[in-house]
Amino acid sequence: MFETLSYLALQQYWWIIISVLAAFLVFLMFVQGGQTLIYALGKTDMERSILVNALGRKWEFTFTTLVTFGGAFFASFPLFYATSFGGAYWVWMLILFAFIIQAVAYEYRTKPNNFLGKRTYEGFLFVNGLLGTILIGTAVATFFTGSPFKINMLNQVDWQTPYRGLELAFDFGRYFTFVNLSLGLAVFFLARVLAILYFMNSVDEDNIIKRAKKQLVFNAAPFLIFFLFFVANLLLMDGYAVNPESKQVFMESNKYLNNFLQMPVVLIIFLLGVVGVLLGIIRPLMNFKKCHGKGIWAAGIGTVLTVFALFLVAGFNNTAFYPSYVELQSSLTIENSSSSEYTLTVMSYVSLMIPFIFAYIWYAWKAISNKKITAKELEEDNSHVY
Amino acid sequence: MEIDYALVDWSRLQFAVTAMYHWIFVPLTLGLAFIIAIMESIYVKTGNPEWKRITKFWMILFGINFAIGVATGIILEFQFGTNWSNYSWFVGDIFGAPLAIEGIMAFFLESTFIAIMFFGWNKVSKKFHLLSTWLVAFGASLSALWILVANAWMQSPVGMRFNPDTARNEMVNFWEVLFSPVAVNKFLHTITSGYVLAAIFVIGISAWYLLKKRHILFAKRSMIVAAVFGLIMSVMNIHTGDESARQIARVQPMKLAAMEGLYDGQTNAPLVAIGFLKKVNPDTDNINERQCAFSIEIPNMLSYMAFLESDAFVPGIRDLIKGNEQQGIMSYFEKIERGKIAIKTLYDYKDAKNFAENSEDNEMAKMSFMEKADSLEALFSDQEWLDNYFAYFGYGYFDDPADMIPNVPVSFYSFHVMVILAGYFLLIFILVLISVMKGKIEKRKWLLYLSILAIPLVYIAQQTGWLLAEMGRQPWVIQDLMPTIAAATKIDKSSVQITFWMFVAVFTILLIAELKIMLTQIKKGPKEEGGL
Ligand code: HDD
Ligand code: HEM
Ligand code: HEM
Repeated sequence: MFETLSYLALQQYWWIIISVLAAFLVFLMFVQGGQTLIYALGKTDMERSILVNALGRKWEFTFTTLVTFGGAFFASFPLFYATSFGGAYWVWMLILFAFIIQAVAYEYRTKPNNFLGKRTYEGFLFVNGLLGTILIGTAVATFFTGSPFKINMLNQVDWQTPYRGLELAFDFGRYFTFVNLSLGLAVFFLARVLAILYFMNSVDEDNIIKRAKKQLVFNAAPFLIFFLFFVANLLLMDGYAVNPESKQVFMESNKYLNNFLQMPVVLIIFLLGVVGVLLGIIRPLMNFKKCHGKGIWAAGIGTVLTVFALFLVAGFNNTAFYPSYVELQSSLTIENSSSSEYTLTVMSYVSLMIPFIFAYIWYAWKAISNKKITAKELEEDNSHVY
Repeated sequence: MEIDYALVDWSRLQFAVTAMYHWIFVPLTLGLAFIIAIMESIYVKTGNPEWKRITKFWMILFGINFAIGVATGIILEFQFGTNWSNYSWFVGDIFGAPLAIEGIMAFFLESTFIAIMFFGWNKVSKKFHLLSTWLVAFGASLSALWILVANAWMQSPVGMRFNPDTARNEMVNFWEVLFSPVAVNKFLHTITSGYVLAAIFVIGISAWYLLKKRHILFAKRSMIVAAVFGLIMSVMNIHTGDESARQIARVQPMKLAAMEGLYDGQTNAPLVAIGFLKKVNPDTDNINERQCAFSIEIPNMLSYMAFLESDAFVPGIRDLIKGNEQQGIMSYFEKIERGKIAIKTLYDYKDAKNFAENSEDNEMAKMSFMEKADSLEALFSDQEWLDNYFAYFGYGYFDDPADMIPNVPVSFYSFHVMVILAGYFLLIFILVLISVMKGKIEKRKWLLYLSILAIPLVYIAQQTGWLLAEMGRQPWVIQDLMPTIAAATKIDKSSVQITFWMFVAVFTILLIAELKIMLTQIKKGPKEEGGL
């Protein structure tokens, strides 16, 4: 069945899959956002334990999605994997370290004789929440603002700065650094907003919920500011376009605005997404009693749609999704960076498993989260408490 | 092509250290998951709450080990990109697929059902909980399958074709990659080694309880399950290890020569059972020769092990380097020549194509470059040229065959330590099983001590296995096609040095934390009889 698709269609299909994975990854980063709120929302040990346990039942999904995202990118667009990971070495290394320390933190936090102490593990969770979100957001922004690399005749990457990606977040002499960071910070505050909505949905402790309501405003405001700044820049800036015939990359003014206009479906998805996120934030604020548990659904779906649309804008409609600002022709497009037609076909069959995986994850989540988390439950549950 | 050797060495060191750390935890996850699943099955079958207690205790240890396994694992996934980016492009078309499939198929299975396994005791039905536990075990071994398919492909690349336009290898047959005999056997040998490790782990800890006279019934029950499971798996482990050696003889003869310390090939070659290597003086061929200074050998056994014929010829390091016409072995010198021709062909093709497309010259010149490019391109689909030249592509990166000999002592000792320990574990399983069944295990203190001693030894056997597999294949990252020196990301070496030390520091701190937590839980022991 996939054999009948053209090479280009397969490349597009895989870009869609990458976009879906990225969209869910950003949504699932509510776990990271939550990790930065443990002390803001929990004032007693018990309250903090409740928050940690609420997140602790979900962190593995975020982690696994990140790993799968990396693997899927490797299999479908290996030149991106080689170029970005090998090139922006330090950015990815910092992201990885932030996730290494997260993985042990939940399990070891309250275990007796845990060597580093509870506070350190909570510190690990905080660092993961802070760096993980900001750096991943910043890295994604470079899909539009470009990176400094060249690709040689044998398709090997040559990064043009010794800072290995750090310049994308810290070179304040370049205007686009601010655009990159604005997306990073938007993701960070979005993750916190989503976490707050998640806690409202799944924790049943009045004090926590009260504080969460206050925090929602504090985090929604900066999120909106950074997000609007990013979107405004995105729509106004020149973008990296590809000539479909000659495959030459050139700068086109308002390229990303044009992409939205030329792909109205994507524009609609994007707008629906933004509205969803806003609704998720506003409804609990307007009618707290009735709606505080529901915000996560609207905001969650909204996040998935928004990120999905942004990825499609980065890769579709003759656009270079990983542009080089030092040598235009080195820029990566979904056509010049993908796996062979055969490999994409094989992988497409593998992708048929994805809906099935969604189904069992859904089922399993429902099976274990049918009750809200309360102090009573944690005290009684003797099997596995973080 | 200039090569920064120091950079390559640091990159290798970083990969080796992170991989070896990861492999401290992986085999226990693989094996303990099954042992727990068996224990829980007995609980569900008999309804005896004692078995639930047993299951839960080992599950706690499983969780502690699993967390750090995950922490050390994420870096391996991304390191191919960060540190081996040239590699990631050159073979990514084949190598990326198993990595992605592993994430999609196995990791999600594991992480979803592990949540039920830990948090679901009072929330889902007994049967569903048991199913989840089995799915976790199944998921863990499934993830091993895919990563080992990827690794096996590096040792014995199959199912692909080189595309000169993209300058990379491209997959042409997925099934050949998946069912390559090396992959199948490597998978079986490695997972059974994990099962052996977990069985030893359970037996060793139970033996400690018996020595302390605590949790007697609990310990004996755990021992029975582990000993039966371990015995079966260790027989399979030895069987597949034996098959490994045969495959090495076929696909990596240099590794075989190194692991036996065999410099001069021979028919009726004996197998060194126990031996010690010594440098040969003077080193006439400049190949850093070593010979067994003292060894116990089994006559004809190496020939038999490698080729199933006791008078078969086993080539030594010298035969491989200098060639051996009588036995039809091409010398490394010849292979290097051919490799250089293959590399030059690729560059010529790229240049010709580049000129034809981009030069400002007249049409005539363009045409002639076009023709040249076409004729060179044709070579890459000419089977005879591929077999005679491209097959040695990677050799072209070298000038001196002496650079192409793996570390002989490491290969030799890791192989022998592993094999000797295999016998030790087999013995432990048999003796423990007999003693428990006869009700004499508590009295046999010496056996209990030997069982505890087996725990560190089984971890050593695991590490030596990988040292042999990975260092024994040097200088190749992809056998015969890509040397390790050509695979690394072009980056300043100080960056890799810094990340290397960061990894050492972070992983060591986490390892200490893990060990302390684990030992504390073991000391605490299972909840008292009757408690849940
Ligand atoms: C409990 C651990 C353990 C035990 C008892 C054994 N092995 Fe093993 N061995 C491994 C754990 C291991 C491993 C860590 O799982 C390796 C590393 C890579 C691999 O595929 O498996 C391995 C690799 C490995 C290799 C290299 C494979 C390659 O380079 O591709 C050979 C030749 C053997 N083994 C042979 C044996 C033999 C003949 C054994 C017993 C008679 C044996 N092993 C017992
Ligand atoms: C988890 C178990 C593994 C262990 C313990 C292990 C061990 C090692 C060791 C010791 C080295 C260093 C060899 C040297 O530099 O001399 C190495 C290198 C390497 N291994 Fe493995 N390995 C493991 C799994 C894998 C897997 C599954 C792959 C591929 C998917 C792989 C690919 C490589 C690569 C690319 C290198 C670097 C190049 C090289 O130095 O050979 N390894 N590994
Ligand atoms: C457990 C028994 C054995 C031990 C511990 C042992 C140990 C050693 C040691 C340490 C050396 C010196 C290595 C060096 O300096 O690098 C040596 C050399 C030697 N051993 Fe053994 N050995 C043992 C059994 C044997 C047996 C059974 C044989 C004969 C079948 C043997 C044959 C040799 C030979 C020929 C040398 C000298 C080779 C050379 O100089 O490289 N050994 N042995």
